[in-house]
Amino acid sequence: MTGTYALRDSMTMLRRNLRHLQRYPGLSLFPVLGPAVFLLLFVYVFGGTLGNGITTGGGRGAYINFLTPGMLLFTVAGVANTTAISVAKDMTEGIIARFKTMRIWRPAVLTGHVLGSLILTLISLAVVIAVALLIGYDSAAGPLRWVAALGLLVMLAIALIWLSVAFGLNAKSVETASNIPLFLTLLPFLGSGFVPVASMPAGLRWFAENQPFTPITDTVRRLLANQHVGGAGITAIVWCVAITAAAYLWARHLYNWREAR
Amino acid sequence: MRLTVLADIETRYEMDWRHIVKPFASPASSPTSSAPVLTAPTPYVINESQLAGSSSSAAVSAVGVRKSFGELVVLDGVELTVKPGSVFALLGPNGAGKTTMVRILATLLEADQGEVRVAGHDIAREPDAVRDAIGVTGQFSAIDELLTGRENLALMADLQHLARDDARRIDDLLERFELVEAADRMAVTYSGGMRRRLDLAMTLIGAPQVIFLDEPTTGLDPRSRRTVWDIVRSLARDGTTVFLTTQYLEEADQLADRVAILDGGRIVAEGTAQELKQRIPGGRIELSFADAAAQLAAAGAMKLPARDGDALTLQIPTDGNVATLRRALRELDDAGVDVVDLAIHTPDLDDVFLALTGQHDRSQKPRSKKEPQA
Repeated sequence: MTGTYALRDSMTMLRRNLRHLQRYPGLSLFPVLGPAVFLLLFVYVFGGTLGNGITTGGGRGAYINFLTPGMLLFTVAGVANTTAISVAKDMTEGIIARFKTMRIWRPAVLTGHVLGSLILTLISLAVVIAVALLIGYDSAAGPLRWVAALGLLVMLAIALIWLSVAFGLNAKSVETASNIPLFLTLLPFLGSGFVPVASMPAGLRWFAENQPFTPITDTVRRLLANQHVGGAGITAIVWCVAITAAAYLWARHLYNWREAR
Repeated sequence: MRLTVLADIETRYEMDWRHIVKPFASPASSPTSSAPVLTAPTPYVINESQLAGSSSSAAVSAVGVRKSFGELVVLDGVELTVKPGSVFALLGPNGAGKTTMVRILATLLEADQGEVRVAGHDIAREPDAVRDAIGVTGQFSAIDELLTGRENLALMADLQHLARDDARRIDDLLERFELVEAADRMAVTYSGGMRRRLDLAMTLIGAPQVIFLDEPTTGLDPRSRRTVWDIVRSLARDGTTVFLTTQYLEEADQLADRVAILDGGRIVAEGTAQELKQRIPGGRIELSFADAAAQLAAAGAMKLPARDGDALTLQIPTDGNVATLRRALRELDDAGVDVVDLAIHTPDLDDVFLALTGQHDRSQKPRSKKEPQA
């Protein structure tokens, strides 16, 4: 019975969240345009030097190819902030209490946020990929590998969005909600996103090798470079599924038990 | 035979729920040992299912509702019944537990103890059936500020799973709540009164059987308050049950068929506004004098205790009849005392409220200090 309206209510909430994103562009503009700006910054400011470190004499061209997959993960992580803020903001509104007194599919409020953030992620990814291709990103991969890479990015997005929903529910205020997910956008830096892990000092390198973003970055990079993916692919999928499951359960628990303020 | 007894029980049940219920709470005890209120002319035959039948015919019924937050006991055995189609006001000072009670009735909060039925459904066992039947307007506005008024209503219509052709219904509500002009503006631009009206319209879109309004007019200007009152009255006319909380006694007096006063987590009094007022010896004639000498002379003439605080006034208890007033004036005339001002004070819900809710310190009405039996 509870599931009867799952899809319908989720779609209603999605429409609500899309209107919010449209009317409150402050929240949606940065995740869409920010990563593209960072891509240009890294390629044109640091790219010439960094590229030489990645492939001897590779220069800017080599760095675009190395960086773009890492930038795609940075893009996915960037949406987390928006998700956490909009969830935290929602929880301060009386309308959440109203939703709870209605016969609707309970998690719809949250799934609406998740779907809205996912759409925002896809738009951001499209923008970054378009800019990367314009400035010379050269992927050796065929359509199937692109689909696989995007599939993995969507899995990561779902995991991080649910995690951000939980952060947003857990936050005491909208302000703290906006701080917590920032560390998610740092993780691509502390992994294989921007430079090879092998170039890092021992302690940091250990962290970089074992944190979830590294196997996911490596998998996306190898898929798009038409290289053999290896064990990283399995590790990447396991991380995504595990984070999604844990974050979903945490978020559901918080939503059901938290008093709307 | 059996029917008459049940009818009798039903009437008593409406008169005072608590007295009628207590004996049935312990079915083991013999009927003959029951409280005096229950000495029915015929030995009654009743069992729990029949009692349940009468309680499920109520729009809202609560028995022994308790709720604590940590150490703090907020509701300490609340009992109440609301007849279908009536307006019921839960009155109480700040912190009395009104909002907690509404949150429990509206399935937002679970009671620690007690049994609650709303629209014939047990809130613990069938929360979804209850949610289908109710509408709730909380104390704080429950509208989506980034949506327009129309979109807010459409959102509610979608979530109520109403048919897609609800545009007509939305237009009707916008008109009824004077929101037509603002319909396509974002709600963030609305004034307090408009927000409250939109909030109410959103509550009504699914045509709920029972509506909970938690302090519906708090913070509204007098005109918006009148509008909300009119809406509540028209809802009651259409047969909707309205359960409202308020700290405004006038509001309860104006709107409610029955009033219950909640204080310290318990219902301390319940009845029609008229019944409650009759419980309080609040009627008095208030006389003001130019100086202390005049006041003293008047007190002497009428054999009343001389001083009434520092004010140059005297208070004469009255049940409101003209004879008392005439006699008082004649006595003053005979004594040759000039009265500067005269006011007749009939007991209002304020007196009841102050007398029953342990708010005496706030009272500026010395008469109310006489503690009536709650």
